[in-house]
Amino acid sequence: MYIDPHVHMVSRTTDDYQRMALAGCVAITEPAFWAGYDRSSPQGFFDYFRQLTDFEPKRAAQYGIRHHTWLCINPKEAEDPVFAREVIALIPQFLKCESVLGIGEIGLNKNSRNELEILDAHLALAAEHNLMVLVHTPHLEDKLKGTILIMDAIRNHARLDPGRVLIDHVEEHTVRHVLDRGFWAGMTLYPDTKVTPQRAVDIFEMHGTERIWINSAGDWGQSDPLAVPKAQVEMKSRGHSLESVKKVSFDNPLAFLSQSGKFRIA
Amino acid sequence: MPGTPPPLSPRAVVDRYFLEHRAKMLDLASFFDRVQRAHGEGADDFRVKALEACAVVLLDGKPERARRMLELLSDLTTTPINHAPTKGATGACAANLLMNQNPKAQA
Ligand SMILES: [Zn+2]
Repeated sequence: MYIDPHVHMVSRTTDDYQRMALAGCVAITEPAFWAGYDRSSPQGFFDYFRQLTDFEPKRAAQYGIRHHTWLCINPKEAEDPVFAREVIALIPQFLKCESVLGIGEIGLNKNSRNELEILDAHLALAAEHNLMVLVHTPHLEDKLKGTILIMDAIRNHARLDPGRVLIDHVEEHTVRHVLDRGFWAGMTLYPDTKVTPQRAVDIFEMHGTERIWINSAGDWGQSDPLAVPKAQVEMKSRGHSLESVKKVSFDNPLAFLSQSGKFRIA
Repeated sequence: MPGTPPPLSPRAVVDRYFLEHRAKMLDLASFFDRVQRAHGEGADDFRVKALEACAVVLLDGKPERARRMLELLSDLTTTPINHAPTKGATGACAANLLMNQNPKAQA
């Protein structure tokens, strides 16, 4: 049994839901994401938010998987702050939906001033509504710098408790920074970028299993919706206890997400 | 936060992963060969130089090689840029190679 707490199912087929269910997936959370191209209007986001809050939960339910979501405009589309603020203004009307857990995945992409401005606008919305936050950290050479800038930006909002914020896509050079500041950390299992299942298990061995989870971040790019069960196999086959395997792939996401008051596994 | 060491002995780790990483090492060698055999522009590409710098870390015998390599491949500036020139990332940072030695990349 496992939870995949970060997966973009709008980009995946129904066959993937079936395979995930067969591998033991009982619940997922899907952060709002970049479509691979810039949406041309706020209305495009309104329709995307309807898909996330209405259509996907039904598709997942066919396989006994509970679907939850996080809403935002992705940092890749934050270079036009006026447009981004129009999208942010659409979010409050969706907050009453039973499957909306909070704001995400917000963060930075190229660590620009406009991205920081829009990150701050999202954080203000989360603080105002006492919402949980799921953070995307930048890619590759931009990750270390972006992770520090994001954590500093969050600290400017005294009402945001780091224990209710998860900083995702950590790697060996960022995991310690994130955990030492009291945030939760997420590891994304990708074939080439981010971490492989082997490196994720190495990171557990080096940094422990408190306040940390694993996810597939399956999306429209090269990714693997079965990455979490593959990491479970890697961990078990190295001789780690079933208890530790369950902790990182089920207990930890359950503990973090349950703080929303809306997360369900059945 | 305490971690737990791998429940495997060094021998068991090698038995389990050696062939996979032997293949990755050969992939890396043939990648450098392929760049060298190719003609035209880009022979001094900063990304190749970055991997050469990583190879030094690989062989220095000190712990946390993965963390230190990632730091070598990171933008180590600390202030936001004025405007995002593109959405993508290259995976290496040309400015780092200009530094004689990167103190943050030490064990
Ligand atoms: Zn994502």
